[in-house]
Parts: sequence; C-alpha cells; structure tokens
Amino acid sequence: MTLNSRVPKGPIKDKWTDYKNKIDLVNPANKRHIDVIVVGTGLAGGSAAATLAELGYNVKAFAYQDSPRRAHSIAAQGGINAAKNYQGDGDSTYRLFYDTVKGGDYRSREANVYRLAEVSANIIDQCVAQGVPFARDYGGLLDNRSFGGVLVSRTFYAKGQTGQQLLLGAYSAMNRQIARGKIEMFNRHEMLDVVKVDGKARGIIARNLITGEIERHSAHAVVIASGGYGNVFFLSTNAMGSNVSAGWKIHKKGAFFANPCYTQIHPTCIPRSGDYQSKLTLMSESLRNDGRIWVPKKMEDVMAIREGRKKPTDLSEEERDYYLERRYPAFGNLVPRDVASRAAKERCDAGYGVNATGEAVYLDFASAIDRYGKEQAKIQNIKNASDVKIYELGQAIIEAKYGNLFQMYEKIVDENPYKTPMMIYPAVHYTMGGVWVDYNLMTTVPGLYCIGEANFSDHGANRLGASALMQGLADGYFVLPYTIGDYLSDDIRTGKIATDTAEFDEAEKDVKERLDFFINNKGENSVDYYHKKLGKIMWEKCGMSRNEKGLKEAMVEIKALREDFWKNVSVPGGLEEMNPELEKAGRVADFIELGELFAKDALSREESCGGHFREESAETDGPQKGEAKRNDKDFAFVSGWEFKGEPADAVLHKEELEFNDIELKQRSYK
Amino acid sequence: MDLTLKIWRQKDASSKGQMVDYKVTEISEHMSFLEMMDVLNEQLVNSGEEPVAFDHDCREGICGMCSMYINGEAHGPDRGVTTCQLHMRMFKDGDTITIEPFRAAAFPVIKDLVVDRMAFERIQQAGGYISVNTSGNTQDANSLPISKHAADEAMDAATCIGCGACVATCKNSSAMLFVGAKVSQYALLPQGQVEAIDRVQNMVAQMDLEGFGNCTNTGACEVECPKGISLDNIARMNRELMKANI
Ligand SMILES: Cc1cc2nc3c(=O)[nH]c(=O)nc-3n(C[C@H](O)[C@H](O)[C@H](O)COP(=O)(O)OP(=O)(O)OC[C@H]3O[C@@H](n4cnc5c(N)ncnc54)[C@H](O)[C@@H]3O)c2cc1C
Ligand code: SF4
Ligand code: FES
Repeated sequence: MTLNSRVPKGPIKDKWTDYKNKIDLVNPANKRHIDVIVVGTGLAGGSAAATLAELGYNVKAFAYQDSPRRAHSIAAQGGINAAKNYQGDGDSTYRLFYDTVKGGDYRSREANVYRLAEVSANIIDQCVAQGVPFARDYGGLLDNRSFGGVLVSRTFYAKGQTGQQLLLGAYSAMNRQIARGKIEMFNRHEMLDVVKVDGKARGIIARNLITGEIERHSAHAVVIASGGYGNVFFLSTNAMGSNVSAGWKIHKKGAFFANPCYTQIHPTCIPRSGDYQSKLTLMSESLRNDGRIWVPKKMEDVMAIREGRKKPTDLSEEERDYYLERRYPAFGNLVPRDVASRAAKERCDAGYGVNATGEAVYLDFASAIDRYGKEQAKIQNIKNASDVKIYELGQAIIEAKYGNLFQMYEKIVDENPYKTPMMIYPAVHYTMGGVWVDYNLMTTVPGLYCIGEANFSDHGANRLGASALMQGLADGYFVLPYTIGDYLSDDIRTGKIATDTAEFDEAEKDVKERLDFFINNKGENSVDYYHKKLGKIMWEKCGMSRNEKGLKEAMVEIKALREDFWKNVSVPGGLEEMNPELEKAGRVADFIELGELFAKDALSREESCGGHFREESAETDGPQKGEAKRNDKDFAFVSGWEFKGEPADAVLHKEELEFNDIELKQRSYK
Repeated sequence: MDLTLKIWRQKDASSKGQMVDYKVTEISEHMSFLEMMDVLNEQLVNSGEEPVAFDHDCREGICGMCSMYINGEAHGPDRGVTTCQLHMRMFKDGDTITIEPFRAAAFPVIKDLVVDRMAFERIQQAGGYISVNTSGNTQDANSLPISKHAADEAMDAATCIGCGACVATCKNSSAMLFVGAKVSQYALLPQGQVEAIDRVQNMVAQMDLEGFGNCTNTGACEVECPKGISLDNIARMNRELMKANI
C-alpha cells in the first residue's frame, strides 16, 4: 500500500483555498442527522468539538479528566505563533511556513505546513473575540515575543499561561454548545477501542472511570485528539495521565503510526532531584529571550560549585562559558530546542554540569535585569540611579514578564531565581511523531481522523516553540471542520449507527477481557515498576542521542519487559469502581508496545534530523563538526508503520516528501 | 522524615467513609506532597491493599485537578500553591498529617479524596462564554485596542484554575470567588459587554441552584486561593449583578 497524502494540486499558496472551494458540503438540515465522536478535549479536540457543534453536527466528546478545562494543553506556558506581522519585522505567511519547515529539519509535508501558516492569523482573531486576555502594550495593541529558531517576533502570549487561556477559550466555546445540547460531554471517560464497521470508523468503546461501566458509543466519524506520548519515557513534562492509548488502539486497528522516534527534548526544564520524581517541570522557552545559558569554563569552578564552596554569582564574566553564544553566534541562546538540548548534554557529558547529579546548566537573568533596569531608569527619568535601584527596576520588568515561572521555580527548587541563576536541564517534552494522517487529517482508516499532538503532521523532526498550540487550534477550528464535511457528505442518508452489532460486541469483548486480566493477574510488581523500567530504557537508549547498538538492545529489553509485565503485573481493586491503577495498567501496556516500535523506527532512520540524533550521522570536520547530519538522498520520507501483530513486525510504508517551494539545506544556526 | 498520615477513605459516593492511619518513612524534603502520596500508594499496592484515590494530572499547579484538604487547609499550609506544588519541606519529621477531600454539599465525594466538581461545569455552561462562532472571518484582533490595564486585570481574573479551594475553605461553601473571577474577566473586556447582563444573572442563578452558600465576606477564599484571585472580583460581580437588575 502506498501512502497517499491527498495533497491538492496547484501552487502552494492556492491549494487550501481551491480545496475549500471544491469540496462537498453538508447542508445544515442534514448535519443534524450526523454524529461525530471527538476523543480528547484539549486545544485540538476542544476547538474541533465546539466548531463542529456550531456547524450543527451532534458531537460526543470524551476526556479522562473531570473537565475539558483540565486537558494538558492547560499547561502550555510560552505562547502561540501567528503570522500577523504586527511588529512590522518582516513576518509573513511564507516566512512562518519557511521557519516551520526548516525548524522541522525538512521532514514535514510542505502543503500542510503552508496551510497552518495561512490560518494562523485567524486563530488570534478568533481567540481575541472569545475574550482570551492576551498580553498588550501600552497602546492597547497585542504584544509579541520571540521564540527559538526564528528571527521575528510572532509569538502571542498571556503571561506564562498561554495554553491555559487558549484552552479556557475553547472550553468556553464548548460550554456554549454543551448548554445548547449540541455537545454531549463525557468527562471521566476513557476510550479503550475504536469500532470499525465495513472498514469505516463508526464508534468507540469507553470506560466510565467513576463506575467502571463499559459503554458503546457510535458515530459517523471518529476524531482522535488525545495529545502526545512523551510519557513513554516515564519522566517528561507531560501530565501524569498523558498517554498513547487512543492512538495505539487505532494503530492496532489499521491506522499507520508515523515517525514514532521523533521526540522533542526541551532544553529548559528543572533538573531532576531524586528517584521518587514523578514528573519534570518545564521552564518556558520564552525565558531564553532574556536568560543566558552558561556553565563554568574551568573544571575547578565546577567542583567548587558542586561542593558549595562557590556560588555561581561568584564567577566573573570571563570565568563563564556562554556556550550557545560561543557556538552559535547568529542565534545565540535562541537556537532551536534540539540544538540547545544537545549542547547542554555535550557540556554535562564533558563534566561541566553544575549540580550534584552533574546534569544541570545555568540560565541567568542578571544581564537582562541590568539592561531593563537601565532602560527603565531612563524612561522614568531617574538620574544617577544606584545599582540597587537599577536592579529593582529591572527585576520588576522580569517579574511582569515571567513572574509565575519564577514563582514556580522557587516553589520547587527552594532558591530565588532573581538572586541566583536558575538550574536547568533538558527533558522529554513533545512528540512530533504520531498517527499518520493525510492532508484531510484522516488516518489510513476511513472516517477516522487524528488532530493535535496525537498526529504526526506539521512539525517534521523538530517542533518550533509556540507552534503546537497553533497547530492544535488550526486543526480544530479551521481545518478539520472543512475536511470532515467532505467525508460526511456521503453519510447524510446513513442514519444512526446501531451499537447492538457484532462489531461492537467483539470490540467490547476484547476490552473486557483485557481489564479482567489485569484485575485477576495478582502479580508481583506495581504498574509504576514497569513504567519506570521502560522509561529508563527509553531515556538511556532512545533519548537525546541514539546509536545502532543501543537501539537494538532497547528493542530486546523492551520486549522482555513486555513479557514480564504480562506475567507479573499487579493491579489492586475491582472493575466496577473508580480504579486509577487499572487505568494506568492499560496505558503502560500500550506504552511498552509503542516503545518497541519507537526503537525500531529510530533504528531504521540512519540519519540525524531534528530531535532524532544518530551518533553515526554527524559532521566529522569543518566548521559544522559534531553537528547533526541529515541524509536527504535516502531519508526524505515519512515513516508510516503498519501494525502486524507484534510491534517489531510492523511494516514500513514511506511517504516521500517533496520540496517544491523550499530548497533543502543543511540547517545552520551558526 | 517519618510521618503518620490520617487519610479519609471512602469506597464510593454511597458508602460511609472514615479516617485511616498510615505510616510512611524516609520521605525527602524535596518531594512534592503528591510524590509522598505516590510512595504511600506504591507501599499499599505492594502489600496488596487498595491505594488511596486522589485527583491529579499536571502536577504543576495549572490543571486544577488536585484537591486535598491538608491539616484543615485547602491545598495545605503553604500559600499561593496547589496540593501538587506543596513540598514536604513544609513538614517535619514525626508530624501527623490529616488529609481529607474538599468538602462541600455541592462537591460530593466520589471515592477517597476524589470529589465531583460538576457543579462548576454547569455554572460555566450557564454563561461563561462569549457567543462567537468560528468562521475565519472574525474581525482583526488589533482592530479593537484594549487598555493594557484592563487586559492585565482580565488576565488576573482569568488565571482561576477551577480547583474549588475557595469553596472548600469557606464556612458557607460559597462559590463567589470562582464565579466572580469568570464574570470579571468578561466584564473587563469589550468583547464581554454584549452579553454582560444575561451572563451574570444566569451564572449566579445556576450557582444558587447548585447549593453553594452565600458570601459573608470572611475573605477565607482569597487566602487559600492558589492563584491569588482577589476579593475585588466578588465586588465586581456584585456590581455587575446590580447593574443587571436595574
Ligand atoms: C509544560 C508544557 C508547556 C508547553 N508550552 C507550549 C507553548 O508555550 N506553546 C506551544 O505551542 N506548545 C506548548 N506545549 C505543547 C502543547 O501544549 C501541546 O502539544 C498541546 O497542547 C497538545 O494539545 P492536544 O489538544 O493535542 O492534546 P492535550 O491537551 O494533551 O489533550 C488531550 C486530551 O485527550 C484526552 N484523552 C487522552 N487519552 C484519552 C482516552 N483514551 N480517552 C479519552 N480521552 C483521552 C485528555 O483527557 C485530553 O482532553 C507545551 C507542552 C507542555 C507539556
Ligand atoms: S478562585 Fe481560586 S480557589 Fe477558587 S476555583 Fe479559582 S483558583 Fe481555585
Ligand atoms: S495536579 Fe494539576 S494543579 Fe495540581
């Protein structure tokens, strides 16, 4: 089977408009007879559910939390990109498109990315109309900041809580439709399988997480918006419940899984402190606008700091190695995430890490505080301001920009980051891989769609900061509502999909058998025991840098772990009640299978691109020595994996990537 | 540190609950409170007992899921934090810690420390939105300047995470701070003006219907709110309500 991306013909800038002009529409009276299931109500699912309901479809939406407002999108901090060019700094649809394709290391589909850039401006308009309180300047207009990997200011933000505000916007749009009866919201429900009828997705099996009841829900189309799978590493910046199950279940029912090994390791997270650690906390990338990253130049200073004999503030400018500014003078502290993360690892591997574990570097705001302080002194006309006054003025500006992040840091680490530099280290943050979708956002199963972080689509091998929120909302507000209509126009005479059919019986039976197994197994080890083991294998062998040997070992070890899990896992409690351990068991079982495919994918991609760094594929000399080396001749394709019973037996289907509007170049941020 | 935990255990909504004692040892001061609970639960699973059910997800103070009433305080002894952001350095070796669910008539217990906050959902559905469809033809975001001051104030109100600590901490179980925050966010923005009257009336009516108590201005909610939502929002809501009723 060849993967057909269904990208429309024509010049890139006309594709989406032409497409919309030509698709089939469903008339408003008929939409009333069509049901759509949306699994997940984060930014992607929430915006899709609200928009589909506004259009007149009957939407059934599902989330495992007790409210759509609690989806993990709520945690996004830094901002959302849009090609508005409000700053007049030369931004445009083309430039956003270009930056995204380049940032993704030329492993994304041009047509999708162009469409994303095209609708980005609409997102901001829509959100402002919903009452999203974006940051504004003194003239009352919207403010922007810049993020890594770009040379313009196009990121809109709401303090350090942009995801929260955008999600509350989508949530409010959902609430309006819930009140009208157009969305039926199933909180505390987990989808456990998709149901196919005549090859088409026609429903799901879900578990009510309060009562434990297994439910059947039917629809004419199913949309998966279940977020990313970073928790396959156990420790990540994702929420505790973030999982791959919905995506993995549909993979096992025929949806191809694309580029599972593309993972983003975010450079600025709070370092781990102990084995009990349950998750890692991100410090928004926006901090790199004002923070400078460094480690000591001299090993003796590193040791003195670790042993508490010196404080970082004791080191003079000359004694510090601002290694990003040194290695990448053009982009400095604002290089893309993958580059910044690897550079931190390089310094720490060389022994320059500044905390007890040796896995931390400094993010320092002293120069920014000084710069802002002097600027403010001028603005406020304060003559001969003292150092203390300048510091005070500067600190106020930093506080206004990042106050909540600084507070969060202080609560966790118990150190005041205004006074001493923050310590940071890379952590798993985002998964560019996901369920394969075509231009319509449809998977390889007809009527089954996948949007948001759960799909693989727009970020290639590395996502630029502030682009996930953009993609989630683009998919949900502006893309899916068109593309799904084209598909559903064939269903206006289908009528309600019955749930008392053999297909539903069978899916329900499988789901129940698996749950029964967990409860009855009475093994030796907790679910977390396995999750932590999996995480360790993934981090050590499939993490920031990968090689053939490690990946092969990972596949063997993960498979062995899976066998042990199915023999020895222990899940307390019962089926017909709230049972968080049972929920976790199902999720970890799926993570283990995904982990194996992940390693297989990383092994088969014998090149370095974006977040995927293969040690065998690096520049060996010249000014780029040590930098990642992409191989466009052999690997300019999307890997779509077809499930064949065992993760290791998955079959690879390639979607060749064509670049007609952007010239393929080796990325350089020097 | 070694601790004694007194935890509310309740099988489901219809069962009676009770406090049960547990011991945990070698707890690090750098752990978060929920990591300490993880240690307890791992211990329980390994000894074949049912772990304590509690709500949590983001573990960074933003989803509003976690909701423990610790030593008589919603989200525990620290200020400006949620339960998941509370750290064990707030406690000392040998302490006994009492852990209960958020209690209010409108928040029935589902299991152990998990409560049902659907009442908040229904209040939001009653009017917590601006009626604007998604079209792609919405007016340009910068066509309507909004003063930085108003935008910042709206943002402050909008940071409410819907955790319900304000209700749990109030002796009347009033939801005024939560509802006031949402009403204020929209009242401060021009986009919110069109439906202002209906919004405040409908949201307040739903709040009353759900069985939340009256506000008697004790100010306890503001103290316990992890996001620093201020009482000004209640005052603003009352003004909005008065405007709506004349
Ligand atoms: C800490 C952090 C900060 C970030 N900051 C930024 C930023 O500043 N800018 C940016 O652009 N991006 C940022 N990102 C990335 C971005 O937030 C996410 O990629 C994006 O929000 C994902 O949205 P989503 O709608 O796809 O999924 P989510 O918001 O994760 O939603 C998933 C939904 O699926 C539901 N679900 C999952 N599985 C099931 C199931 N089996 N059954 C039923 N429901 C299910 C959940 O209940 C939830 O409703 C950040 C991410 C993190 C972790
Ligand atoms: S007002 Fe504060 S305490 Fe009340 S729900 Fe909102 S964030 Fe929680
Ligand atoms: S778990 Fe999200 S706020 Fe505590």
